[in-house]
Order: sequence, then C-alpha cells, then structure tokens
Amino acid sequence: MPQPRWLPYLLIAPSVAFLAAFFLVPLGQTILLSFDGGQGFSLANYARMAGDLNFPTALRNTFALVIVVIPLQVGLALVMGLMLQKMTRGRELVLWIWTIPLGVSDLAAGLVWLAILQDSGYLNTLLFQFGLISGPTAYLNSETPIALFFAVVLAEVWRATAIVLIILVAGIQLIPKEFGEAADIFGASPWTKFRKITLPLLKPSLQSALILRTVLAFEVFAVVYALGGRNFPIIVGEAYTWQNENQNYGVAAAYAVLVMAISLAATVIYLKALRVDPEAQA
Amino acid sequence: MSAPRKWLYITGVLVLCAWVLVPIYLIGLGAMGGRMAVFKWPKSLAPTEASFAALAAFLKIEGVWNAALNSLIAASLTMLFSILLGAPAGYALARFSFRGQSAFRLLVLLTRAFPLAILALPLTVIFIKVGLYDTPLGVSLIHTALALPFAALVTSSLFMGIPREYEEAAWVFGCTRWQAFRKVVLPLALPGIAAAAIFAFVISWNEVFAASVLTVRERTLTAYLLAVLSESPLHYRFAGGFILIVPSVLFIFAVRKYLFAMWGVSSK
Repeated sequence: MPQPRWLPYLLIAPSVAFLAAFFLVPLGQTILLSFDGGQGFSLANYARMAGDLNFPTALRNTFALVIVVIPLQVGLALVMGLMLQKMTRGRELVLWIWTIPLGVSDLAAGLVWLAILQDSGYLNTLLFQFGLISGPTAYLNSETPIALFFAVVLAEVWRATAIVLIILVAGIQLIPKEFGEAADIFGASPWTKFRKITLPLLKPSLQSALILRTVLAFEVFAVVYALGGRNFPIIVGEAYTWQNENQNYGVAAAYAVLVMAISLAATVIYLKALRVDPEAQA
Repeated sequence: MSAPRKWLYITGVLVLCAWVLVPIYLIGLGAMGGRMAVFKWPKSLAPTEASFAALAAFLKIEGVWNAALNSLIAASLTMLFSILLGAPAGYALARFSFRGQSAFRLLVLLTRAFPLAILALPLTVIFIKVGLYDTPLGVSLIHTALALPFAALVTSSLFMGIPREYEEAAWVFGCTRWQAFRKVVLPLALPGIAAAAIFAFVISWNEVFAASVLTVRERTLTAYLLAVLSESPLHYRFAGGFILIVPSVLFIFAVRKYLFAMWGVSSK
C-alpha cells in the first residue's frame, strides 16, 4: 500500500502542537518573566532571589540532598537488580513489592515517614523500648536541621529508588548471558565479572537513570514540606513560596530558571562523563 | 551458593521487601487509628485499635471529597489526552521514516531533561486570562505535558513489537490502512496502551507542584493536602497520605507486567 507522505506528519501534529503550547511556550515565558523588571530587561528578579535570606540555605540543602540521595539510590538499586538476577522463585512478587514506591506520590512518601519519625512515632517507640530515649523526642523542626535532612534522605531513597531499579533491571536483561559464562570459564570472580562486564554494559542505563533521577531530585518539594514544613528551605519550595504567598511571579520565575539551568547542566555533565562509546561495547 | 551465603541472600531480599512494605503498613495504622492513636505512647505495632472510622471521618471533612473528585477528573483527562495525542505519534515513530523524525524524537526527549512541573508558573497568568485557572482541566493540561512524551515513547515501542507483516497481510485482503490498524494492530496493542494510560493516570494523581500552583478552590487531593498541611492535625495528614497511596499501589499491580517494557524503552 502506498504511504501518503503527509500521514506521519498528521499523526505527530497533535503532540507537536501540544508540546509547543505547554512546553516550549511556557519555557520561553518563564525565561522572559524572570528577566522582566517592570520596564524592560532587568536582573532585578535574580538580584532579589540571590539576596533573599533563604536563598543560600535552599541552594545548599538542595545540592546536599542530591549528592547524598543519588549515590545511595543507584547503589541500592544495583544491589536489588543483581539480587533479582539471581532469583529463581518468587521473582515476580519481589519485583512488584520493590516497585510499589514508583506509584507513591512524593507528598504521600513524606507523610509516610512523618508517621514513623514524628515525636511520638514508631521510631521513637522502638528507641524507647530499647531504652535509648526516655520519651517522645522531636527531630523534625528547625532546631534539628541535620536530623531533618536525614529524614528527607530516608523518604527520598524509599520513594524513588524504584525508578532507578526498573531502568537498571531493564538494562541488565539486555546483557547477553554468554558474557558471564565466558568469564566463568576463565575463572573470573563475581566481583571481577561485575566490574568488567555488568558495569560497563550497564552504562547506557546508568546514564538515563542518573539523568532522570538528578533532574527530579533538584525538583524535590512535597517530601520536604510534608516532613518539615518550611523548616528546611529548598529551591523549588522557594519558587512555590514566592509565587503563592508573596505573589511575586518574577522571582518565582527566576527560581524556575535556576532549577532548569542546574538540570540542564547536570544532564550535559552526565552525557559527557558517561559517554557511551559504541566501540567499547563491542 | 553455599548455605550461609544463601541464607544471607534470602535475608537481604526479605529485609528490602520489609523496607518497602513496613512504612506503608505504619501509615495505614496511623490513618486508621484516628486522633487518639497519634498521641498514644508508646505505640503498638499491632492493628488492634484500627478502624475505618477515622478514614471515613477524613473523607467527611469539607473539601476533601471535592478534592478527591478533582484529582479523579484531572487524572482521567490526563490519561485521555496523553493517549489520544501520544499513541498516534508513537505509531508514526514506529512505522514511518520521515523527515523531521529525529527532531521530533529530540523534542520528546528534551521534555525529560526539564523540570516540567515548574513550567506551571507562567501558565498561571495565561490560564487566568482564558478561564482555565482553578479547573481540573487546566491541571490536566500541564499533567499531559508530563505524561505525553512518555506515552509516545511507550506506544512506539509497543507498535514496533507488532510485526509489520500482519498489517501488510490485512492490506492484501483488501483492508484499508485504517481498517488494518483497527482490526489487526489495535487489539494486539491494547493491553500495553491500557498500561501506559494507567501510568499517565498515576503521574497526574501524584503530582503536587503544578496542581498547587494552578488551583485555589478546586484543588486536587495532593494540592489540598499540601495547602492544609501546616494547620491540619497529624491523623488527618496520615489519612490523606494513606488515601493517596492506596490507588497507586493497585495501579502498579495492574501494570506490573509492562513496567519494564515501559521504562526500559522510554529511558533510551
């Protein structure tokens, strides 16, 4: 059957139009809005953002979270992925359980850990029964920023490791079994096999998992609000505050542009650092 | 594997399963215990005092039911839009080679390198002008921007998995392109498309930031919970969190067979 030349264009036209309207246009507008000082081009919004009391803290907190959470998630997901590879019985069930958090919203994940970590919560009950504390103890306020930080880390690792796991397991499945068998013949240890075969061949999957997770990690917001309210400033939380409470769309847009710039920079760094060399795979 | 190592391995798997499940169980206890359970000290880990009364009370709070309904509407619309727009694009990517194909792929992939929800900020202004602000429809539009690229990539891999020859055979027997698609390809692709649709639903159901920025009175459940977070008592928060989680767990169960096909491919 002859293929009309216009047919594929007709098929993609709706999504192109949609993404233009709801991705490209707002993207451009966010940038314009952030440079709009009332009378033409100005850096006033950025100056106000950078001068804000919470700004350095928000920046530091967000980066600290990304730096701690992402390696933990990738490490944990790798361990889980290798465990699944060895599993013969019950693989389906375990896989489902491990991927449940994929469907859990960040807000709900924050509330889950709030139930455990609040003053009279389950963690304190446990510590009390072991005789480590004498009664309800608070961790999630502005006096305990480090405990609050680790609470957010726990909730984020709990919630978002599943997505890394799925991407890595999909990658592991693509690795030919023969490679491992050949390595066995030459007497390679499991550690050598992991380092010389699994890890290099997982590079493309690792790359996409890292990019996706890093972009999402810089957007961290609802988990933090659920656990600590405003006690732990983060970049996207500040954007939300400037937009909703202060009704200052310009400064909110400046925060948005900052998040986008950081995300893009992270993506470029991962693409360069983990360059997938076609020859290295052969 | 040697016996001690096998034992270690099984323990590891079970610990990791508990790591996922125990927190969900605990918020369930928190949600069903009501006001008294929250302040009880020390807490018991057995569900002796749990009842659905606390959850029912939560749903009776003014605004909660409406918010849940808004979430449902926004998520259903997101599901509908992202499949209606994304599936044709996926089919085009799978079956045709055309000029601009790589540019289109790039556009789709680009959306993943951007924090899309944050683009809801400038949309507020436009949505107020055109009357979409504070409506589930408005929320669903930005959620579709989140889910559409995903839907296009997933359906494209689904269609690629269905041999082109099936369609060509139908053409030989006199079907038009549309008939061949409807009678041969669609039935084969339908379960996968349904899984992608459910996933679009979950993306919208769970999204917090855009929904919070784009609504005031007609909030979705996540936006409602975020807005009342600081002033609502703990047991309400736990009930809200639990109600958010339950459908997601069921959805993940429904699409579990397709998770890899979806994420493995869409991550390339």
